[in-house]
Amino acid sequence: MSREAHPALPEFDYIKPKSLSEAASFLAEHVGEARPLSGGTDIFVRMRDGVFREKYLVDIKGLDGTDEIAFNPKAGLTIGAAVSMNRVSAYEAVQKHYPLLADASNSVASYQLRNRATVVGNICNASPAGDTIGACLLYSGVLNVHGTDGERQEPLSTFFKGPGQTTLKTGDMATALHLPLPPKGFVGKYLKLNRNNRGDLAIVGVTACAYPNKDVPSGHSVKIALASVAPTPLVVTAVEEFFQKEKLTEVSISEAAQIAMGACKPIDDVRGTARYRKMMVRNLTQQALSAILVKL
Amino acid sequence: MTVHTITVNVNGEDEIVEVPAHWTLLQMLRYRMGLVGTKNGCAGGECGACTVMLNGAPVNSCMVLGVECDGAKIITVEGLSHDGQLDPVQQAIMEAGGVQCGFCTPGVLISARALLDRTSKPTEAEIQEALVGNLCRCTGYVRIIEGIKQAAKLQKP
Repeated sequence: MSREAHPALPEFDYIKPKSLSEAASFLAEHVGEARPLSGGTDIFVRMRDGVFREKYLVDIKGLDGTDEIAFNPKAGLTIGAAVSMNRVSAYEAVQKHYPLLADASNSVASYQLRNRATVVGNICNASPAGDTIGACLLYSGVLNVHGTDGERQEPLSTFFKGPGQTTLKTGDMATALHLPLPPKGFVGKYLKLNRNNRGDLAIVGVTACAYPNKDVPSGHSVKIALASVAPTPLVVTAVEEFFQKEKLTEVSISEAAQIAMGACKPIDDVRGTARYRKMMVRNLTQQALSAILVKL
Repeated sequence: MTVHTITVNVNGEDEIVEVPAHWTLLQMLRYRMGLVGTKNGCAGGECGACTVMLNGAPVNSCMVLGVECDGAKIITVEGLSHDGQLDPVQQAIMEAGGVQCGFCTPGVLISARALLDRTSKPTEAEIQEALVGNLCRCTGYVRIIEGIKQAAKLQKP
């Protein structure tokens, strides 16, 4: 059927259910044959490449409030699964309370693509390079999941199992991401190394944050999350533990950068070698924490 | 092959279209509606040659299914001019010499129109940011960016 120079999408049917329950039932009745569709920006690429071969795409956009974004000054932010990255980064409460998420969203691909791509989709796609995942991890994000057995919550800290692998099972759909209110004085920074300035996937991504915390001896909690240097997005707990005792200074930052370099497990691929990635983890961690130190 | 019948408003006209489920909006526009101004470049959401306006926002039409556009409003490059009058972005980019081979032009025009819709006086940095998803291998972008600056001046306030 295709008259294109590039491969068209393989044949499948498009299902538009009326509710999330209907979608979940359809997915459960068609194990291995159906996949939930939101923005589609990852799915269509994988279908064209022959990686995904589902017979049905089940469009869950807009079902039962999945296209809503809402902020509550006590409870925090809830981002529906169908809310595009451009809507997230333009949302006033995101700019004010979650600027790290706005920065991370804006670093993804292009404006056109971000009108379709979603933050929840970025998380569920579970690419080690996912730009928004680091910010969502550091903001202690929790996914609302609608499955065949009803609703449940999945903390992002235990969600990722491997490249493209998560705790989601057949029939499960992530319906929203919830981010609690960040701790007072939260300062964050996302640094992304690309082959070109904009629009590329991360060779290495470093998301870092710090905030005052009276419960630790140093007086500050410091966390980092790394992208593209392990089979899953990686929160380096060794850095967090290091800064429980150490105050954030130029000297301790250099030491933490070495710890981060040692903790990551990158591979060689088309975008960079493992050795280069490790060194860039060290350098970007140093840069990100230094930028935070100035603002803290 | 499953075919869906949808209603879609393209360039101001309501149309009823029969579209296979796996066809993209790009295929629907080119092969069902004869709107071949929108180009197929990479078919992977990278080059932006297929950019169209979907409900007022620019999207890569190779990354949207035709059937997803049931009830939607689409503007393609063919819908930019009105009553024989070119859109300011068309006029200005043409006059600035921002067109060489022309393959990226339809997508660039839509991205430029969308930028001026959301920011009437964009800075150079904002123009560059808006064009991240529109690859041009001829012009080096300088004249396209110049054209968009001129278009912002040509626009009625």
